[in-house]
Amino acid sequence: MTNDLIHATAAELAAKIHSGEVSSVEVTQAHLDRIAETDQAVHAFLHVDAEGALAQARQVDADVKAGKVVSPLAGVPLALKDVMTTEGVPTTVGSKMLEGWLPPYDATVTRKLKDAGVVILGKTNMDEFAMGSSTENSAYGPTHNPWDLDRIPGGSGGGSSAALAALQAPLAIGTDTGGSIRQPGAVTGTVGVKPTYGGVSRYGLVAFSSSLDQAGPCARTVLDAALLHEVIAGYDEMDSTSINEPVPPVVAAAREGLNGDLTGVRIGVVTQFSGEGYQPGVLRSFQAAVSQLKELGAEIADVSCPSFDYALPAYYLIAPSECSSNLARFDAMRYGLRVGDDGTRSTEEVMSLTREAGFGPEVKRRIMIGTYALSSGYYDAYYGSAQKVRTLITQDFQKAFATFDVLISPTTPTTAFKIGERANDPMAMYKADLCTIPANLAGTPAMSVPSGLSDEDGLPVGLQIMAPALQDHRMYRVAAAYEAARGAFGGPSL
Amino acid sequence: MTSLVELMDYDEVIEKYDPVLGLEVHVELHTNTKMFCGCANEFGGEPNTNTCPTCLGLPGSLPVVNGKAVESAIRIGLALNCEIAEWCRFARKNYFYPDMPKNFQTSQYDEPIAFNGWLDVTLDDGEVIRVEIERAHMEEDTGKSLHVGGATGRIHGAEHSLLDYNRAGVPLIEIVTKMIPGTGRRAPEVARAYVTALRDLLKALDVSDVRMDQGSLRCDANVSLSPKTTGALGTRTETKNVNSLRSVERAVRFEMTRQAAVLSSGGEVTQETRHFDESSGSTSPGRKKETAEDYRYFPEPDLVPIAPSREWVEQLRGTLPELPWERRARIQKEWNLTDEVLRDLVNANALDLIIATVEAGAKPDEARSWWVSYLAQQANTRGVDLPDLPITPAQVARVIELVNAGALTNKLAREAVNGVLAGEGSPDEVVEKRGLKVVSDDSALEKAVDEALAAQPDVAQKIRDGKVQAAGAIVGAVMKATKGQADAARVREIVLARCS
Repeated sequence: MTNDLIHATAAELAAKIHSGEVSSVEVTQAHLDRIAETDQAVHAFLHVDAEGALAQARQVDADVKAGKVVSPLAGVPLALKDVMTTEGVPTTVGSKMLEGWLPPYDATVTRKLKDAGVVILGKTNMDEFAMGSSTENSAYGPTHNPWDLDRIPGGSGGGSSAALAALQAPLAIGTDTGGSIRQPGAVTGTVGVKPTYGGVSRYGLVAFSSSLDQAGPCARTVLDAALLHEVIAGYDEMDSTSINEPVPPVVAAAREGLNGDLTGVRIGVVTQFSGEGYQPGVLRSFQAAVSQLKELGAEIADVSCPSFDYALPAYYLIAPSECSSNLARFDAMRYGLRVGDDGTRSTEEVMSLTREAGFGPEVKRRIMIGTYALSSGYYDAYYGSAQKVRTLITQDFQKAFATFDVLISPTTPTTAFKIGERANDPMAMYKADLCTIPANLAGTPAMSVPSGLSDEDGLPVGLQIMAPALQDHRMYRVAAAYEAARGAFGGPSL
Repeated sequence: MTSLVELMDYDEVIEKYDPVLGLEVHVELHTNTKMFCGCANEFGGEPNTNTCPTCLGLPGSLPVVNGKAVESAIRIGLALNCEIAEWCRFARKNYFYPDMPKNFQTSQYDEPIAFNGWLDVTLDDGEVIRVEIERAHMEEDTGKSLHVGGATGRIHGAEHSLLDYNRAGVPLIEIVTKMIPGTGRRAPEVARAYVTALRDLLKALDVSDVRMDQGSLRCDANVSLSPKTTGALGTRTETKNVNSLRSVERAVRFEMTRQAAVLSSGGEVTQETRHFDESSGSTSPGRKKETAEDYRYFPEPDLVPIAPSREWVEQLRGTLPELPWERRARIQKEWNLTDEVLRDLVNANALDLIIATVEAGAKPDEARSWWVSYLAQQANTRGVDLPDLPITPAQVARVIELVNAGALTNKLAREAVNGVLAGEGSPDEVVEKRGLKVVSDDSALEKAVDEALAAQPDVAQKIRDGKVQAAGAIVGAVMKATKGQADAARVREIVLARCS
């Protein structure tokens, strides 16, 4: 029974809970048990809120009994990335800086989940302040990939994706600034979606890079991701950059895709994302996916987006610039860590000692790069130029989408690498986000859906599908059709 | 810590140097809520009660622009004859300070909402100087630090500091002039006159409380001296903490004499922020700027651009009230005032008060008489500006009304005003509490008159003999006996009747 519950999809669990076949408390407890059993090895969670989760589950069960209308995912458990504020529940953002901080308010995403009866199991591990591609930058130790515990689960949202792969939760929330939802999804064999920028409120998302950060759904199936997408998306007057438009019909699109017919859908293969630096097994898995999409009736051709070659450097100017400003507030004055306040030191000294002790090396590196890039005399050459590249990338997308409904590429150039392998080589680490960054810079939606396992190392590979802004449903339809055609590819033996 | 500062004689300063002014005025808008969140915008609340995740800069919080503040900014821009941007953005000004929750101030940088304007400023002698406005932009206020311990209340030497974030996020408009050269001897006066004119303008727009004493209007005065011999621009200082109109004038004058002394002894003026000290009338160095501050401005990514439609701007132009200078011109004509009289009223800060008193029902002559004589004396005695006297034009109008109705004599009216100034309440409450009543009961007056006549039989006889002017002595005695509460005219009538 427990085994069935943790293997089930969110859609299946919701149906069972709502029909009374199983209680949300049973489902929640099964997942809490699974976490207790496996998280010693995986370390997906920074904080498990068993009490809060069971209380939520009991409420849903009572609502079901009372025949009150419940939302589609009510009673289903979820793992929440520790970047989202949760009232009264620790929110560390993977940093020592916020150790012990209890936020006085819920993020909009948190509130929407609670309002929908989604049971929040706890907060998942992440690279500190979402800066990283391996979750090794967490101040609380790395998360291990359930497919191979010696390997990284991707990052920054490695905790959320590993929790899905380890069957600790059927749903998770991630945030994606340069690939932090999609790349972990790819290397853990799970689905991860970065919605259109502004599609999901950022209120309560602890900012890394405001113009790039976007929260999104993570799941093991495309339909589950779509169901979660519709719970968390929508206009929020607390976020000036959220879009006041109807949520794209992603659930309907996923269901349509499950019919397995992609006749007439025009798909462009981005030629920039192949060749040198790409693992052969990843490219073979991608080619197999292209063939399957053709069999489903899609029309496929190559498309060149030359500006994408400059996406990585542009990203590593814009994101650090914004982060250098966003992270300035961590100064020991109002919340979080305070170091050296023994009555002999000045405010500036306490601020400085706290930031020295509270931030990890990657965070410091990016604060320094960003501070430099925004400095007077350098602004135009760095931040200014990067913004121009951003415009060019947006134009490349627009040109490509004039011909194609969606674009595809591998999600990431390689499968999961070994823990420690790239820890001292930031450039190698940054390249993990090569294919995912353009969509962040353009604000367009993109997702990763598993394309099976690489034939050389038996590790999961991701297929990235990209769509125009506010056309999130297009990629869900393609992903769902592909997922059905692809079939099962096994799971980690944990 | 006392250090002697050398000052040059003012006449000598003017002989050798041309002062160049630049004025930055920060105005707190009195919108209901703060600039980027829904917290109440109130002065004087319990510390840290008007706060929320956004104005405390908590992780994850986001700003949302207050539309009313944008509207006020545009109206201010229009009143200052500025162009209004068709598209502009907020920018982050990055620097660390404990009372700034995010360690950046959300402000505007190279895309201000209003720019290229001017304000005509009338000096005491009636000369009009046009001050060019560089820009007016929107930003948020910081919190307040209270430094505890130490002698000066400033951060140096303090034992610890308390932080109050009630003010954090209050909407501010910063109005910056272009360089104001060529004012010579009158530079200090020009500075004061500009801030005065701006204050009156903002008051007329009803966008701010414009209370310098409460910090809702703050002026930073930039001063530099250009040697007459070379004409080269000098290094400027920026004087902060200038909390009254008078201080603006004093601070500029002090800086001119101080900088001149530094320059003439072969020294260099340090580019720095200086603090004005109200009691000594001097300035002293504040935060040292060892290197030029680099605020690393960049467009605020948490906010979307503001693009006020031309229709909206024109609609707002239509909401501009009669502006102070228009009002003055109208009043001068309506009341038939000479240029000199009008100027005296303006210089005494009395005109707006008189107008308001007239609007509350008094006649212009009566209102003028109260404000320029008795109330002006009271302000002078207390060392405050006329508008800061704790009495409203409506209250003055009520006192005048009571006099005209015969309920108060002039003497009693002054006592009523004294009561209002002493905080005893409205004129009617003071009249009630102090028992200020004209004795108009004829039988009481007749009794007092009879007693006075009996006490001075020779005077009584003179009156009976037709020497009407002798009645004054009896009236005076009655007034004395009734402690001034009698209506002197009525007393006189009774005296004459008794003696006929």
